[in-house]
Amino acid sequence: MRGPVAWWKDPWRPPRILIAVTIGYLVWSLLPVLIAVLFSFNDGKSRTTWQGFSFRWYWGDETRSVWHDATLHTALLQTLKLGVIATVLTVPLGVIFAIGIDRWRGRLPSGANMLMLVSFVIPEVLLAVALLFAITSLALPIGLGTSAQVVGLITFQIAYPAVLVRARLATIGSQYEEAAMDLGASPMQALRRVTVPMLWPAIFASTVLVFADVIDNFVLVRYLSGNSSTEPVSVKIYNTARAAPTPALNALATLLLVAALLAVTVGYLVYRRMTRGDHTAGKGIAAFAGEA
Amino acid sequence: MVLAEVTAPTTPPPKRERNSALWPALAMPGIIWLLLFFLAPLYVVLAIVFGRVDPIFRTPVPVWNPLDWNPAQFTYVLTRIVGENGVFGPALLRTGIFVLVASVLCLVIAFPVAYYTARLSGRWAGVLLAALIAPFWISYMMRMLAWVNLLQDDGLVNRMLSLGGLFHVHTHWLTGQSVVVVLGLVYGYVPYMILPLYAGLDRLPQSTLEAARDLGANRFGSFWRVTLPMCRPTIVAAVLLTCLPMLGDYFTSDMLSASPKTAMAGNLINDSVQSPGQTGQAGAFVMLVLIATVLPMFYYVRVTARADEVST
Repeated sequence: MRGPVAWWKDPWRPPRILIAVTIGYLVWSLLPVLIAVLFSFNDGKSRTTWQGFSFRWYWGDETRSVWHDATLHTALLQTLKLGVIATVLTVPLGVIFAIGIDRWRGRLPSGANMLMLVSFVIPEVLLAVALLFAITSLALPIGLGTSAQVVGLITFQIAYPAVLVRARLATIGSQYEEAAMDLGASPMQALRRVTVPMLWPAIFASTVLVFADVIDNFVLVRYLSGNSSTEPVSVKIYNTARAAPTPALNALATLLLVAALLAVTVGYLVYRRMTRGDHTAGKGIAAFAGEA
Repeated sequence: MVLAEVTAPTTPPPKRERNSALWPALAMPGIIWLLLFFLAPLYVVLAIVFGRVDPIFRTPVPVWNPLDWNPAQFTYVLTRIVGENGVFGPALLRTGIFVLVASVLCLVIAFPVAYYTARLSGRWAGVLLAALIAPFWISYMMRMLAWVNLLQDDGLVNRMLSLGGLFHVHTHWLTGQSVVVVLGLVYGYVPYMILPLYAGLDRLPQSTLEAARDLGANRFGSFWRVTLPMCRPTIVAAVLLTCLPMLGDYFTSDMLSASPKTAMAGNLINDSVQSPGQTGQAGAFVMLVLIATVLPMFYYVRVTARADEVST
């Protein structure tokens, strides 16, 4: 048996405090959400007392379940609609923007790069209020509601594909493109047949990330929603969480959570397949999340 | 011979890439989008703050020409921050304190977790990272809803504190408790700090740390004198990434307290945006927060731009 002194002096002692903090953090961050998910299956009306398992709040209840209550499933449909439209528009715009400012040298593109990075870190509420003011005080062809929400989401999310694609361009380097052009390709052909195929993993990853981020967005979509029919799930939760809701709200939130995690998990598995055998692309989850 | 004709080209290959019109054409749609929907709306805010208010309908009338700007609405807000009718001062001060305390707590939690995951967890790294990233993609509102459920008067927290009816605990957690709001902020924003810290710590070259140990530094010494200085830019970037959104946060306070006792700068913006006749005031608060965050934002942009130069 080693004494406590020997244990303390052991130079290879695993840092237990770090393990304790990490496990404690995981429990603290995930357990409340798991409990909220659990109570979406509660048979009774309470969100604090367990009364048996049922799907009552998903489809069982004739009036107040997610399936039957129109206000709840409209919110879910609006969320998914915004997710798809905003992602489909943001990713191509961000990708060509990234390629453009990466290759084009000068003051203007570096200023544009800075503007893009600032749009990435600006407190969201500032952008949301500014867009709300612009749309309500100018005669723009964009009205509050889905179109304004999409415009706001694109503006806020464009940095995601741009940053990911620029990081990938930096690791690829210019030699492949130069080789293609030495072999007679025009810049456009080199881009289309060499660079873009190498960018696919980054483009794909940013598609998944933008989608998962858009369906969780709250601040922008709340200010830019015209009326209650264009309020997505996050706004619904905000409006009713403090007003004695039923577990149907938990069920709605759980459905959103499943959608986001499903998108990210499937996306990650596909991403791993895409980058198999490619030594220049980052492998791990962190690379997929744009942090490597 | 055919080969002889091909060798030694007399003209240099055509100048390419730098002067091509292709790259500006590709960048233009994005640049125009950002100008139209990011910069221009900020100017609209200025035009409304320094504009007039319609005397009958109380609606804002933006004034586009900077020469005709009228600072009345902006000074109205500024004069009510400190002094005898300083109604906005406490909320602004509270924002500073809440954000400071929450960021320090975030760093205290995030750094050990990121350090352990990046450097010491070995073959569990993948699983651990997946669990750490999960809250990133769970809607913020969902995570706040989870705490609203737990912190209700008859919720699990009070029941656990009463140890099964042994004590009578009837703390009203959800009515104006600063501690709850600060912890809510920490809970909400910690994942945004862990991820960049993990990436920075993961990139540290193992050989440098081994060299420090070889040269006689102990664990603590090598951490303090090698690891920490090397990841200072990462720490700064991570702190800014969590601080900046917190400064505009109003929903955490709304969800977990819904009381003016814990109102933050974001609440001032949100409340005045929604009340008629106070649009100019909302714009003034937006400008105040923008002024407070513009330097940290550009600092962040510079730090990340420099990190890009180093890594490429």
